[in-house]
Amino acid sequence: MDYFLELFLGGLTRGSIYALIALGYTMVYGIIELINFAHGEIYMIGAFTALIVISVLTMMGMNTLAILVIAGVIAVIYSSAYGYTVEKIAYKPLRNAPRLSALISAIGMSLFLQNYVLLAQTSDFLPFPNLIPDFEFMEPYAHIIGSTDIVIVITTAIVMIILTFLIKFTRIGKAMRATSQDKTMAMLTGVDVDRVISVTFIVGSATAAIGGVLIASHVGMINFYVGFIAGIKAFVAAVLGGIGSIPGAVLGSFVLGWTESFATGYISSDYEDVFAFLILVFILIFRPAGILGRSERHRV
Amino acid sequence: MEPILKVQNLSMDFGGLRALNDLDLDVISGEIVALIGPNGAGKTTFFNCITGIYPPTEGDILITPPGKKTKRINGIKPNKVTERGLARTFQNIRLFPNMTVLENVMIGHHCRMRAGILGAILKDRSTIKEEERVVENSYQILEKIGLSDFVNEFAKNLPYGAQRRLEIARAMATDPFLLLLDEPAAGMNPHETEDLDKLIKQIRDKEGISILLIEHDMKLVMSLSDRIFVVDYGKKIAQGTPAEIKNNKAVIKAYLGEDIDA
Repeated sequence: MDYFLELFLGGLTRGSIYALIALGYTMVYGIIELINFAHGEIYMIGAFTALIVISVLTMMGMNTLAILVIAGVIAVIYSSAYGYTVEKIAYKPLRNAPRLSALISAIGMSLFLQNYVLLAQTSDFLPFPNLIPDFEFMEPYAHIIGSTDIVIVITTAIVMIILTFLIKFTRIGKAMRATSQDKTMAMLTGVDVDRVISVTFIVGSATAAIGGVLIASHVGMINFYVGFIAGIKAFVAAVLGGIGSIPGAVLGSFVLGWTESFATGYISSDYEDVFAFLILVFILIFRPAGILGRSERHRV
Repeated sequence: MEPILKVQNLSMDFGGLRALNDLDLDVISGEIVALIGPNGAGKTTFFNCITGIYPPTEGDILITPPGKKTKRINGIKPNKVTERGLARTFQNIRLFPNMTVLENVMIGHHCRMRAGILGAILKDRSTIKEEERVVENSYQILEKIGLSDFVNEFAKNLPYGAQRRLEIARAMATDPFLLLLDEPAAGMNPHETEDLDKLIKQIRDKEGISILLIEHDMKLVMSLSDRIFVVDYGKKIAQGTPAEIKNNKAVIKAYLGEDIDA
């Protein structure tokens, strides 16, 4: 039973991380129907920014918790700036082009950012210090769940609540929903659609950066390629849940997290990815729009 | 009297096709003006040019909001056009289907609101006040349009006639001085059309919003309009009062084809 619980909680942690990244995919898709392949790279840049800030602050001898918070904030700001810029450079000029052009532009942006970090930093794996302290009250359960996992799950939950609030109750949230339902009409009711799209990219990038910092401290190392792998997994999670739907992305992420965790635990860690994609195949066969997705209707 | 909307020599090309050809039109404050013509004459294209969806190939679109200076609005973005005081509805209903009736109308207030993300998070006094004002104003508009019973219903669940009225309510929420209605009576039964006739007159008389409408229902057009413009193949073929248009030879020809005996 302990083993089951351990796997269950491990899956929960994984799912939380995927959810933080998948949100960016699904929000961008919901608004401009583009799969932003550069999103994983934004996550990676968040992790790198955090690492640089952490290294500098550690040399200055600051308190670890303060370092973690400052690094997180700077990573969020930096990644958001990247997300904003990527949209302006690579997607905005293609707003009225066929969807395939924007998609290829996204792949190009992804490769560019990977190689930019490769050149600017290094191709080696870099150690990422774990700054989340072991909580004392966690001691009896330490064999089941670590304090890092707890922090990840709680942070994700908080981000979800803030995001839900943002979309449901704020003016910009209403504008986002209007834009995703009918872009032209949103413009005609006075919504500045360009601004809504920018905000969407900024919010998506910010959550990805939070994910980047958390998973880097969980795994303990990063390189320029981590964004690609995590990006693909989060993308799978978003599709699984129904791309374009925010609750769908969260649900898909947890389904994926648990699948991987149980498959690794009960069968073999070699088959982790096999099961992840197997469940994707099955869900797409029986529910092509994803678990919570709406089937796409085309306006004539 | 100075026109509030003045369109001069407007042309719109789509590749080799000239959809609008040297069109002139004006609306004077307090008028209801109709734009009619056979299918494919370019009426909706004309609306799209005015509201910034297409940048026109040639010509000028000038607006003079009450108490303000004349401005040329060619090629500015649709949300800016709305900010300047033109609002429109579509031929096929384009509500935000998965938002409530109230939210649809609140979105219309968007361009008149100041609060940003920061305000939404901090909930300072001015933001709360602004939100309260918007909600109150939205209720008032829904009351006027006769949709008070549906406030919290999703837009997609409304009966057809109510959806059409909601489009008008949302457009009114942007606080326009000129309302562009694209076939507001399309698909309505005679009873609903009669209500619409009253509603449009009421918007003009009570709210002081001038109206430019595209419509195929001639009974409605004749009853509402102060002046009528007729287009065919992107060109203006006639303009005048309803009585003048009724007996205009060019108009009859455009609608019914050449008279065999003539």
